[in-house]
Amino acid sequence: MMWVFVVIPLLGALIAWLIPDNRLRPLVLPVFALLHLVMTFAVVAISPPPSHDGWIYLDALGKLVLISISILFTVCAFYAVGYLRYRQERSNRILCMALLICLSAMTLVSISQNLGLLWVALETTTVAMAPLIYFNHNARSIEATWKYLLICSVGIAIALLGLFFLAYSTIVARQDVTLLLNSLINDAPRLHAGWRHSAFIFLLVGFGSKMGLAPLHTWKPDAYGEAPGLVGALLAGGLVNCAFLALLRVYQIAVATNEAASFQGALLGMGLVSMAFAAIFMARQSDFKRMLAYSSVEHVGIMAVALGLGKAALFGALLHMINNALTKGVLFLSSGNIHRAYNSKSTAFVRGALRLTPWSGALFLASFLAITGSPPFAPFISEFTIVSSAFTQGNSWTGILFLLFLAVIFIGMASTVLPVVMGSVPDGMETTTYRDTPGTVLPLLALMGIILMLGLWIPAPMQELLHEGAKLLGEK
Amino acid sequence: MNALADQLLVLSLLVNFIVLGTSRLAFSVRAVALQGVVLGVLPALIHPFSWHLVAIIIGMLLAKGLVIPWMIMNAIRQAEIRREIEPFIGFIPSLVLGALFTALAFVFASKLPLAPEHEGLLFVPASMATIMCGFLILMARRKAISQVIGYLVMENGIFIFGLILADAMPLMVEAGALLDLLVGVFVMGIVMNHISREFSSLDTSRLTALRED
Repeated sequence: MMWVFVVIPLLGALIAWLIPDNRLRPLVLPVFALLHLVMTFAVVAISPPPSHDGWIYLDALGKLVLISISILFTVCAFYAVGYLRYRQERSNRILCMALLICLSAMTLVSISQNLGLLWVALETTTVAMAPLIYFNHNARSIEATWKYLLICSVGIAIALLGLFFLAYSTIVARQDVTLLLNSLINDAPRLHAGWRHSAFIFLLVGFGSKMGLAPLHTWKPDAYGEAPGLVGALLAGGLVNCAFLALLRVYQIAVATNEAASFQGALLGMGLVSMAFAAIFMARQSDFKRMLAYSSVEHVGIMAVALGLGKAALFGALLHMINNALTKGVLFLSSGNIHRAYNSKSTAFVRGALRLTPWSGALFLASFLAITGSPPFAPFISEFTIVSSAFTQGNSWTGILFLLFLAVIFIGMASTVLPVVMGSVPDGMETTTYRDTPGTVLPLLALMGIILMLGLWIPAPMQELLHEGAKLLGEK
Repeated sequence: MNALADQLLVLSLLVNFIVLGTSRLAFSVRAVALQGVVLGVLPALIHPFSWHLVAIIIGMLLAKGLVIPWMIMNAIRQAEIRREIEPFIGFIPSLVLGALFTALAFVFASKLPLAPEHEGLLFVPASMATIMCGFLILMARRKAISQVIGYLVMENGIFIFGLILADAMPLMVEAGALLDLLVGVFVMGIVMNHISREFSSLDTSRLTALRED
């Protein structure tokens, strides 16, 4: 029954391919996104038993990822209808198809319990995203696509080697060869230590480069900067969460072994380095979409730090995964609107967005406050949980560095965002005909509403899921 | 049988050096195709017969020996380039580095114990050496086509290791990995085509518009 879940978006892709009309085609997206959203909540509520071979099962971690992806995709799908109205100059057939194929692959990532299958799905998302980044068909977007394709393909190939090592460690340990998550977790202490250790390193590097953890993040600013806003939102919210889920699966196996501490140490180090990189490159960034990419590097860093800390921070890590995905959605989509209105993404030209596009400007400002951890928005809660866990565990240095980086990043990001939205439109600036319309604003308002709600009140079932997920990651 | 398998692995190591040392793109594509064919044949030598294995062998031979080389040859023809000129790391230094990496791979492999049934086989060092040579080609060359060739050599290295698991891995995972590789190279081919049209060259050192000031 879960297979239907993966097949339905593919069906949508097929329909998008068959529709000849460029204006009609984008409507396929919200229809299938809504269908997917309804199915997601139904499946989360029912929680169907594992498939008979154990490959397909939606556990708490998968549920959290699936919910965040489905909500984000629905918002992007509605936005896409409004956005593509302004982009009638080129065919959107490949865009619509690739979006739906990507949705299907992301769904498969979240329901897969076999690491091999998970890898195949993750690699499919990499390939399906390439034509999306290339949507603008100019020299800059070719360059971004090429770097993205090469670095992510190599990264994900390294993860495959890590999986092979993990499988081989079961042969050396005389266990049955398997890549099923549960058997690997159960057998983890008995697996051959040398092979297992190498496997963890390769998997961390592989999935880390896909997620964009520093120093493996170099493709991110280019890809996020050149892709259309809606693709950026799915990269920063959807793909990041899929890669993070893959990393969580490895983490589940690692904490079952005596190597937990060294794996957590590596995550902590990479997380702090990511935040440091983001803090350095965020300052005086003159391209506001590239700035968002560094913000993404920062937040994958925060999630890695939380995993490295463990214990109470695990709850924060999972909550932050959702908060980051949703907030990045508003950030990328509203910045896409501003980019469209000014036909530039350089802070040298873009000023006074609150006057030219009041709704997008306000949403950009609000989501900037949210992502930097200002109350009452949701990221504040998750970041606070992580920091307080660092201090209660006696890991004060991590806590202090964490707060320091957050402060520097807040100032750096503000120095880019505030000039963009405040002030007045420069005299003689040639703006395009784009102005805010309900189609490109309402989906964002809805998403912003969810972010505000999660900051004030987390629904009980979701709280339960978060706790259940943290338990799967080894919290007592 | 194991002696033959080892000889084939040595052959695939030689292919690494051919690709490292030549500037002719078409020649390196053929060499990588040969490596793919060798990889396709190998599982038959070390695993007992099963239909599962037959499917893998056919898939490997078709994808790595036929379809992928054909796609890259097409890209070479369309872009009308024949040679890698002025690589970042010259051909002789590349060969020396390749030899060094191969030696390191043997050292690394001696640290990891093999299961008794694979004892004495060259799979781990061959796989490691091929992966590192692939990396080297990827980093040392300017032309987008050479970089794809480097990626393929690296993938071949990973598949060499995968071969010892060939009969244990589920068919769907292996087929999926192969399909993803195929589609990935297909997309890379399209992007290469656009690079050569936009920049009138396949020189990736011209891709420098995006950077921090």
